Amino acid sequence: MRKITISLLTIFLLTLFVNISFSQEEPLPPSEVKASDTPNDNGHSITVTWKLSPDDGAGKKNVVAYEILRSDNPEGEFEIRGVAPAGESRFDDKGAKEKTDKNYLPGHKNFYYKVRAKADKTFAESEVSNPAFAYGQWYHTGKTTVLIGVILFSAFALYFINLARKGKKLFVRPLAGIEAVDEAIGRATEMGKPILYIIGLGSADMIATIASFTILSRVAKKTAEYQTPILIPCYDSVVMAVAQETVRAAYLEAGRPDSYKEENIFFVTSMQFAYVAGVNGIMLRERPATNFYLGKFYAESLILAETGSVAGSIQISGTDEIAQIPFFIAATDYTLIGEELYAASAYLGKEPVLLGTLKAQDWGKALVIISLILGALAASFNFQFFLNLFRVQL
Amino acid sequence: MVETIGIWIAAILTLGIFSFLYKDNPFYKFCESLFVGVSAGYWFATTFWQVMMPKLVDNLAAGRWIYIIGGIFGILMLLRLFPKIGWISRWSLALVVGTTAGLYFTRYLVSNGMVQTENTIMPIFVTGNLPQTIGNLVIVVGTFCGLVYFFFSKEHKGTFGGFAKVGIWFIMVSFGASFGYTVMSRMSLLLGRLDYLFGTWLGLIK
Repeated sequence: MRKITISLLTIFLLTLFVNISFSQEEPLPPSEVKASDTPNDNGHSITVTWKLSPDDGAGKKNVVAYEILRSDNPEGEFEIRGVAPAGESRFDDKGAKEKTDKNYLPGHKNFYYKVRAKADKTFAESEVSNPAFAYGQWYHTGKTTVLIGVILFSAFALYFINLARKGKKLFVRPLAGIEAVDEAIGRATEMGKPILYIIGLGSADMIATIASFTILSRVAKKTAEYQTPILIPCYDSVVMAVAQETVRAAYLEAGRPDSYKEENIFFVTSMQFAYVAGVNGIMLRERPATNFYLGKFYAESLILAETGSVAGSIQISGTDEIAQIPFFIAATDYTLIGEELYAASAYLGKEPVLLGTLKAQDWGKALVIISLILGALAASFNFQFFLNLFRVQL
Repeated sequence: MVETIGIWIAAILTLGIFSFLYKDNPFYKFCESLFVGVSAGYWFATTFWQVMMPKLVDNLAAGRWIYIIGGIFGILMLLRLFPKIGWISRWSLALVVGTTAGLYFTRYLVSNGMVQTENTIMPIFVTGNLPQTIGNLVIVVGTFCGLVYFFFSKEHKGTFGGFAKVGIWFIMVSFGASFGYTVMSRMSLLLGRLDYLFGTWLGLIK
């Protein structure tokens, strides 16, 4: 019994000694260190790869990390550029593109790398890598699927726009909210009250705002014909400028440029709830017969729609902000849900460009449906390759 | 002392805005005008110091002359103040709307098209896992019918119309869930204000 205990103790001590001595022993260095330009970027980054040290996860098992060192001279001084954990065999040496930045990595200049396998207190350095320089690529190969998507959609759009221009009637199903526009403007005219058109909190570059401008053009033309005042309180100064141009053009088209009043399209403020307070006041004081809420809306949607409802206005809303659509559905008379807002502009405008684009969107959706069905079948039978077709490297 | 005055002003203005719940009144009108005026001034100041200075002036001062193009287009926008040459401001507007529409095109195609499609492609049948099978089926059928609803160039009639009807049901159910979730967040905003009135102002909540 005593012998066994002594033997076990000896084995334990030996193992401990071996471990301690191994952790303090220099590991074998990594090998095959290669440097090359990082693909699909704007330059200023070099990728370093290496073969793991034989003591990383095996052998002495004492490698804890790798330090990546860089120099512009293979025999010069190397500086540490980063650390990779044990088991990792790749490092992207990302530099800044600004010359003034201390981390600046110039393009088209050769750099050399070494990789240092670190143990607890010691380390071992690899051979110097091949020279490599960073340069930017004109084409991002990981985004080929996006390119295909853009080409397909553009081809559809061009084809259908061409068809529409040649006079082919492209059907757009009626949208209840838009069918009600004429009725709503007529109501305001009969009541002798203004129309309130709110473009929302979006900036002029947002798709919902752009769609709203197209609808505004149509609404403004009608109000010009009926001689009904239209009030447009704006949240964004650029949106205000575009809205003024849109309404001015619509009044001109309707043959009523003299009726256009620029002061009716005004900037309120660019602070969300201050804007809401201002618009609420307008609703209760001016008592507009019809309120349009078309564009980008956030938390203010329900407050505005509720106040409009209290003021007794007929209300037409539409936004692509998913979290706000339920509030509009609950508090307004007609709601354009998401993409219906974009479709409405095509439906109202009847312009070949808009109609053709809408038709192209439908074809795009058809492609998505087909992909969805084929993809679900492929995934069910473990054909994972199909998923890769939609994978985008960002 | 200064802090106490600040708390009182904030509380009285909060009550002024709340008075709108009763009806439009002079107190609300005063608070509204103050709110709109102060926020517009604040917006102007922050735009100047957070946009104009760092994005234009500082860059030009650092010798990055490419930013002069943005500056010129900004000045063109100001030509709206002169009716005779105000039309030139349309160039800036066209640049803003045109370039960003192009930028959003690919961004939306990736986020709303490619990535969503990739995430929706899933096995309909998961062997030995009935709940996941049902979950996957709901997602695939819901997406399919939802897309059918958003077809605009075909009338919703017959089988196609049936799919569209199922689609709008799916959409409405998701809106219902979203409604409940957002109402809860609005309640927390209200509670925040009430906490301010009863806690910070009146000291009734410790």
